[in-house]
Amino acid sequence: MAPAQALGPAIRVQGIEKSFKDVQVLKGVDFEVAAGSIFALLGSNGAGKTTLVRILSTLLKPDAGNAAVHGFDVTANPGDVRGSISLTGQFAAVDEVLTGRENLVLIAKIRHLKDPAAIAAGLLARFSLTEAADRKASTYSGGMRRRLDIAMSLIGDPPVIFLDEPTTGLDPQARIEVWQTVKQLASNGTTVLLTTQYLDEAEQLADRIAILHQGTIIQNGTLAELKRLLPPAKVEYIEKQPSLEDVFLALVGDSGQAGAEPEAVERTGGSARSGKELR
Amino acid sequence: MTTHALGDTGVLTVRSLRHILRSPDTIITTAVTPIALMLLFVYVLGGAINTGSDESYVNYMLPGILLITIASGIAYTAYRLFLDLQGGIFERFQSMPIARSSVLWAHVFTSLAANMVSVAVVIGAALIMGFPTGASVAAWLGVAGLLVLFTLALTWIAVIAGLSAKTVDGASAFSYPLIFLPFISSAFVPTDSMPGPVAWFARNQPVTSIVNTIRALFTQQPVGGDIWTALAWLFGILVLGYAFAIASYHRKIS
Repeated sequence: MAPAQALGPAIRVQGIEKSFKDVQVLKGVDFEVAAGSIFALLGSNGAGKTTLVRILSTLLKPDAGNAAVHGFDVTANPGDVRGSISLTGQFAAVDEVLTGRENLVLIAKIRHLKDPAAIAAGLLARFSLTEAADRKASTYSGGMRRRLDIAMSLIGDPPVIFLDEPTTGLDPQARIEVWQTVKQLASNGTTVLLTTQYLDEAEQLADRIAILHQGTIIQNGTLAELKRLLPPAKVEYIEKQPSLEDVFLALVGDSGQAGAEPEAVERTGGSARSGKELR
Repeated sequence: MTTHALGDTGVLTVRSLRHILRSPDTIITTAVTPIALMLLFVYVLGGAINTGSDESYVNYMLPGILLITIASGIAYTAYRLFLDLQGGIFERFQSMPIARSSVLWAHVFTSLAANMVSVAVVIGAALIMGFPTGASVAAWLGVAGLLVLFTLALTWIAVIAGLSAKTVDGASAFSYPLIFLPFISSAFVPTDSMPGPVAWFARNQPVTSIVNTIRALFTQQPVGGDIWTALAWLFGILVLGYAFAIASYHRKIS
């Protein structure tokens, strides 16, 4: 299932339209995502981001237009698309009754992979969930649940990953952890399409950003290109106030997670600071 | 991918059976009400009911009680399916390269397993209350076959409810009329004792033929024409329920 992707974009969307009853949610959406890049679909609530992700992950059929993921058409070859993707939906899709480990083993088994137990153990370690591995997922915090959710999505190393609002409802530290994971994924060659309503998230993560507004893409470019759309910056002197997020992270920063996952906090905490400095 | 359908269904069935093992209260709740009904009817009300036979009332009512057990048990099938849809794990499975029907079949097999355990618990209680084990192995197998068919038929109805429900309550409310149906049948009193129109309904609704067949099997009597009526009803409901369930499933996933 690996043929077409080296030649073209990992995701190609052309003229996609979708209506629900009388409401036209998508009115002809076009964009391409280069293989191995992070693409952010930015839009307010109700802009149609989730609808688009559901179409690309074969959960919904478009009314018009076509879309290809990893070289496979989403309506003609949905089975091949499903073999190339992983979807992390808006709400953490974990089985709350099962433990974290059982969740991972379950996904590895229905993906017909060899040695599900070893795959689960590896991901638990990578996502700092080893200590909580044998607890029911219902006892996890929002951030842990999201990490488990993403870990489940990585099983089978799908070349394309959809993340629908991956950080909505997460606290700042958990958000930074997710960002870190997404960056790691892309650096390993995975194509990531993420939707978000947070501007800073798109700014932090994405190689390209498309703004979905009222059913169409109104802008699509790199951060630098989007910034050039506005008049050049002029120099003003304003008093630099730390944002509440800066204060919060400085206060709880490295010890914030009460020792539950010390390694994760250390790693992501450090990168958060370097991320801020870059801006 | 269809070659994996059985394996995928197996993995997902183990998953939802694990749900039941982790919350066995669903099986206990399913069994408690029918057992309480049995106690109530046998030790409180039963003395006043004239069934036209000298046998213990538990012998008369057990078939109907078993159907009530299943009718209330399948509410949990709808409930579990609904929770999967709500929680997003359903969409995760649907976006994965697995046999898509395996998600539904896993719930169906789980429903069958859970209901058979509940039925076994209720039969155990009936045995303690003096239900005789005299029926032949063939008769017991016949009863088991009818109960499996009844469970499957109602399970597909539960699948429709689970797929189309908007709320948790809605997902299980459909089972109330099904639980009530045995009361207007030959399950607890002979239909002859009912007033005309009620008796007509009771004689011609599916529960009566199923109850009569099971009762005949338990007491080693000839089942007569009832078994064909019962099988016709069961297969009819099964086929219709399956068709509508699959149709609403396809509407859901496309």
